[in-house]
Amino acid sequence: MRHTWTAALAVAATLLTACSSGSTGGSTGEAAPAGEKVTLTYANWSEDQAPAMEQIATEFQKENPNITVKVQTLPWPEYWSTLQVGAAGGTAPDAFWMLADHFREYAKGGALIDLSDTVKTAGIDMTAYPKAVSDSYTYEGKIFALPKDFDTNGIWYNKALFDAAGVTYPDDTWGWQQVQDAAKKLTDPAKGVWGIAAPIDAQGGYYNTILQAGGGIIKPGGTASDFAGPEAVAGLKFWTDLQKAGVSPTLKQLSDTEAVSMFESQKVAMYFSGAYWALRFHKNADLKGKVDVAPLPQGVKRATVTSGIGNAGYAGSKHPEELKKFLVFLGGAKAAEIQAATGTVLPAYKGTQQPWLDSMPEFKLQVFIDAIDYSVPLPVAGNTAEWQGLAAQYLAPAWDGVKPVEEAAKEYQAAVDEVLAKQ
Amino acid sequence: MTSSAKSANRPGVGWALLFVAPATVGLVALYLWPFLSTFVKSFQDVPAFGPATYTGLDNYAELAGDGEVWQAFGNSALYTVLVLLGIPLAVVLAALIEQVSRGRSVYRVLFFLPVVTLPVAVGMVWRFIYNGDFGLLNYVLSWFGVDGHYWVADPRFTIYAFAAVGVWMGLGINLIILGAGLQAIPKAVYEASALDGAGRVRQFFHITVPLLSPSIFFVTILTVIAALQMFDLIFIMLRSVNNTALADSKTIVYLFYEKAFVQFQQGYGAAIAIVLLIVIMIATALQFRLQRSWVFYG
Repeated sequence: MRHTWTAALAVAATLLTACSSGSTGGSTGEAAPAGEKVTLTYANWSEDQAPAMEQIATEFQKENPNITVKVQTLPWPEYWSTLQVGAAGGTAPDAFWMLADHFREYAKGGALIDLSDTVKTAGIDMTAYPKAVSDSYTYEGKIFALPKDFDTNGIWYNKALFDAAGVTYPDDTWGWQQVQDAAKKLTDPAKGVWGIAAPIDAQGGYYNTILQAGGGIIKPGGTASDFAGPEAVAGLKFWTDLQKAGVSPTLKQLSDTEAVSMFESQKVAMYFSGAYWALRFHKNADLKGKVDVAPLPQGVKRATVTSGIGNAGYAGSKHPEELKKFLVFLGGAKAAEIQAATGTVLPAYKGTQQPWLDSMPEFKLQVFIDAIDYSVPLPVAGNTAEWQGLAAQYLAPAWDGVKPVEEAAKEYQAAVDEVLAKQ
Repeated sequence: MTSSAKSANRPGVGWALLFVAPATVGLVALYLWPFLSTFVKSFQDVPAFGPATYTGLDNYAELAGDGEVWQAFGNSALYTVLVLLGIPLAVVLAALIEQVSRGRSVYRVLFFLPVVTLPVAVGMVWRFIYNGDFGLLNYVLSWFGVDGHYWVADPRFTIYAFAAVGVWMGLGINLIILGAGLQAIPKAVYEASALDGAGRVRQFFHITVPLLSPSIFFVTILTVIAALQMFDLIFIMLRSVNNTALADSKTIVYLFYEKAFVQFQQGYGAAIAIVLLIVIMIATALQFRLQRSWVFYG
């Protein structure tokens, strides 16, 4: 879920944070509670999800009248710099959202509160979460965050554009070839419509196709990458072929206008991405009745990467006991149900997903839940943020068709390995 | 008795210290302390969390051989030069506004508005203007049969696109400073030159510019410093999911941000910041040296 909430959202959030951060819902109950009054802060980066977070905080306060939870919403880019500086300087929020690719640095640095014992004493069933997600918040055998939500990928598609081109909708029988063929048929330069969006997108894009081709992304042990192997190259070629065929907006166009915006403005008919867009598409009046979702196509096999946000706590919190209590609540069924009912995200807690499915019945959202069975954790190794940040730079020449995919992949692999070697 | 002991005994010194305390505390806490800690960090390997280790000059050695750093300095230098071109424009505009007899302040407000607008909002608006497919700029260009470009997605154009915004944003402050300088020029000088037969253009080059040169110098210093520190425009305008122009368009402060806050390399980031400080100091010293030949203190 990481890079998908970026610029547009971040900017909107910047403008809106001032309005929202002051309003923490809920009073602290009528009877004066025993024990001292404690205030916890809970930081997130999503304006879309902030109302649900407020609701969860209110629900928690009802059960724990002596604890007040303040929800803080920060814009995406600011979120991480604030959190990092705060964690190093002793002023971090008590509870906050964590992502798999940032997690390791925080866990290694001792910034996160260890929840291993809490999980035992509170009797939390870790199998209630998708294993791929809970595993990514375990470091050296210790649990540092409880999964909040998860996402897998599917093909978001525009039914109106499919109908106009006379192409049948994607379904679970589709393989790579069907996507390539459909993209060609759907592309109509005269109308400014492309069959698919093919940006350099790791999580929604080439990680999935590399895995579908039978490749790995990081070699076991986490000390080297595998972007240049034949399977990985095949996975990358899936996307560069779409670019070469002219059935996707160019990289420059996708830099100017993000793929999701292109999809929303009905310029592209297919967009590979996660469950997290469901609410946005659902709320978009222009897309009413036009959008649905199908499983990712099969390559050599089925695969999708999965990741999810984890709720973590700050090791330097002044109120560790109350914080653990809150984190347990955040990882529990009730918090999951609130998220599901508001359609916010796909909650990680097993059995709480039905309200989420029901909240947007026009989409075949079951696709995302079924995908858990063939999901693979988002690859993380070493300083993940650093080597991921190099992808656009190294892979762009292949996407633009000015360098063979094999060569660009080899160079990217060398650059990633150099970062990994620094560990 | 030493002189300091003497002065400490003087009545009122306690009060004086009390009065300067807020400013001094602020200065130390907000400027001096961060600066010193940055300086120290630049000689360390600082992980995201946990203890730092001293690595001597390693950060600086790595920096000197890092092509990315050189490119970022190159981009910042190009941006600075381009933004400096806005100063002659500001001088001409200031002189023109000075000629306006009514509604002068309306012009000043109009030019000043970008200065008081959130850089984030400015960045978003310009992002739209520069959009290759739906942008205003390319639309206007199409009226004249000119093919537009992907101004902020094509690394050949990004720095120029930023500079245009930078000039526009800096204009307001520059006009205020230059306007004040213009008003300090005695009207009698213009009247005398008019009697001698000097036209408007001649007056501009032979009276306005020389007598305004101290203000122009001041504006130049400010512009260079601000330009070398440019960050917000690139941050807002290039941070889409994966803007392919980003790798080639980073400015030095953007690179600092990326190293220190995205990649968890605070020591390396600190070294970049120190080098930038030295560059700014040299650039400013150089300007003070050069001003002797062109600034006229009447």
